[in-house]
Amino acid sequence: MSPPSYDEMRMAEGGLRAHYRAFADWLERTPPDRIAQKRGEAERAFHRVGITFAVYGEESGTERTIPFDLVPRIIPAAEWRVLEAGLKQRVTALNRFLHDIYHGQEIIAAQRIPADRVLGNAQYRREMVGMDVPGGIYAHIAGVDVVRAGQGEYYVLEDNLRVPSGVSYMLENRRMMMRLFPELFATRSIRPVQHYPDLLLETLHAVAPAGSERPTVAVLTPGAYNSAYFEHAFLAQQMGVELVEGQDLFVHNETVYMRTTRGPQRVHVIYRRVDDDFLDPIAFRRDSTLGVPGLFGAYRAGRVTLCNAIGTGVADDKSIYPFVPEMVRFYLGEEPILNNVPTWMLYKPEDRDHVLAHLHELVVKEVHGAGGYGMLIGPAATAAERDAFRARILASPEKYIAQPTLALSTCPTFVASGIAPRHIDLRPYVLSGRDVRLVPGGLTRVALREGSLVVNSSQGGGTKDTWVLAE
Amino acid sequence: MLCRTANELFWMARHIERAENTARLLDVTYRTSLLPYQPREPGLHWAEPWSVPLITSGLATTYYQRYPKLTAETVLRFLILDSSNTSSIYSCLQKARESARSVRGAITSEMYEDLNSAWLDMRGYDYARIEAGGISDFLDWVKMRSHLFRGVTFGTMLRDEAYHFIRLGTHIERGDNTARILDTKYHILLPSVTDVGGAVDYYQWVSLLQSVSGFESYRKIYSDTITPRRVAELLILRDDMPRSLHSCMNLIHETLERLCDDNSRELERLAGELHARLHYGRTEDIMRTGLHEYLMDFLERISMLGDEVNRVFLVPTY
Repeated sequence: MSPPSYDEMRMAEGGLRAHYRAFADWLERTPPDRIAQKRGEAERAFHRVGITFAVYGEESGTERTIPFDLVPRIIPAAEWRVLEAGLKQRVTALNRFLHDIYHGQEIIAAQRIPADRVLGNAQYRREMVGMDVPGGIYAHIAGVDVVRAGQGEYYVLEDNLRVPSGVSYMLENRRMMMRLFPELFATRSIRPVQHYPDLLLETLHAVAPAGSERPTVAVLTPGAYNSAYFEHAFLAQQMGVELVEGQDLFVHNETVYMRTTRGPQRVHVIYRRVDDDFLDPIAFRRDSTLGVPGLFGAYRAGRVTLCNAIGTGVADDKSIYPFVPEMVRFYLGEEPILNNVPTWMLYKPEDRDHVLAHLHELVVKEVHGAGGYGMLIGPAATAAERDAFRARILASPEKYIAQPTLALSTCPTFVASGIAPRHIDLRPYVLSGRDVRLVPGGLTRVALREGSLVVNSSQGGGTKDTWVLAE
Repeated sequence: MLCRTANELFWMARHIERAENTARLLDVTYRTSLLPYQPREPGLHWAEPWSVPLITSGLATTYYQRYPKLTAETVLRFLILDSSNTSSIYSCLQKARESARSVRGAITSEMYEDLNSAWLDMRGYDYARIEAGGISDFLDWVKMRSHLFRGVTFGTMLRDEAYHFIRLGTHIERGDNTARILDTKYHILLPSVTDVGGAVDYYQWVSLLQSVSGFESYRKIYSDTITPRRVAELLILRDDMPRSLHSCMNLIHETLERLCDDNSRELERLAGELHARLHYGRTEDIMRTGLHEYLMDFLERISMLGDEVNRVFLVPTY
């Protein structure tokens, strides 16, 4: 059906890759019952620590832990160097793009991207036109999904520039591995990631409104019933800032305040984990109870910084994705370091004809879909599912894109029958403040079902610790 | 700190303390119910030991709406496991954990983990399991979890506002609950008037003292027989007895002095007034007023204090 995948640990002829040797030796030496015991310990610890997520559509209050796999995903130093440079380049270009489309729109004038793709996009926020944000930065926190396919080449699958989540799992997975198997870290060749909250706080401070000497930062959450609530609370705590809900804030004279036991206290920077639509019932959705009336006015007046900015969704939209390499060339005058996945845009008749003729080989995604919902994986779908999708594509082709089914790389993973290869991806987190930085690592997600390519936690995905090796 | 955070922390502390005190209340009831007891008038079912925790916690009406008869098992189910009873141990732990979860950034991770594991354990209990393990063992477990959480709080938390709101919640609830536990003796009728000062009376006072961990302290302080007057002194006026009303008011008063500013003078005054009544109160005056009447008056005052804390700090109107 599909070509054999690149395996992170073993070469095609079965030999170990050099950077996995130390781990494989350890695995060999360690009695299986100790590992089994540690797996149980990890599961219990995640529950006790409350590293859980809520699954929408299930019985309310259902909390599940994301399965944690003990075999790490290991990235050698040389590969990381390329990834890091490529990610910084890409996110820099995306921020330049966002600034451009809300200002001079040079990239459109230069005809590198069709105007209607941008200006007609539902995620394009007219309210942001002409407005300046500190440092010209829009996507302060970007979670870029990277996969490996073919002979091991890295591809960017998606740029998440709105409210990317998962970084708490990156941090907790490392903490768990160090707690369970400290001996693995004794060689000191695994680069640390635990300073991420410090970098994040520095990033947020760096984009405070001009004139705020000691800016107050707050994390805005939709509340304890949000699926990523654990992460919101975790990051606020790790940075030592308040975790606020909309009801805790109010706006007076275009200034945002928190309601505190000592009276109102001004807030300068809001790391918001609430979608654009819900931020301010006056400016956006009237029915939002999660937001703060007047917040957009304060933002527009430059009295508060929102991270990420409003209107970043237009740049991570799947219909814009095919143009990112062009952004790199246009704004930076460089060739993109990381590959894009070839993408057919179904609003184009020639692309559409090709895709409909090859549905059984391709992955079709909704332009606005996320979380692994609303997609068709051609090779795995039944004829009936493909027919249903064909009808949906024909009804509104502009809502879909298609890509080849990538044989995502695999990594050995604990499953019921022992250790077996499972498909993985990688989400590093890129921070843009005074400069563009990232910690060496990211969140590795693994599709636990045999053959599955869907790594999303809502659809049976698990996670792994991600090790970037020192030079 | 955020008002919402202060509110959640205050109620987290109150709910844990309430769970502990419900366990203590059930403990005294359980011990009392093991003493010989022959009702002289069969109609007086409310004088049964098992009605006492319902009366003192103000839940008798709710109970009789749900359960037709008074039995040890139904009272235990109602006060321990019934999720529709908002004051059951189950509900208290659930709410404490929900509060902690919604402000987990304001407490230490050790505190959250401890409370979360208490909650996960609680969910594993049903009546059969509690009965099989022994009622007292379960009640001890509840008390231990409360002690543990307080210890983790004491040992890991920054002495910031969050800590003070937790202390405030704990001691307002404890003061209220100690008064209610002490009042149980008023509701447990002795088989006859001639039993006052007799063996049954004596054992009832002993189990009451034991339920508030006061029996050994009583012996240490008085090294004498147990009298109602001294029990009242110990649990109301002595400031070296950690569950006494005086102790609770010392902590409440001290904490409010730290928290209050110019906008909260009335709250400080109320706390100061109630504190002074205990600080300068005399046992003979309490006994003259009547223990039950004195305790009812205290409950009303501490409830007013709680309302004022709410108005000033937790749900402000600005």
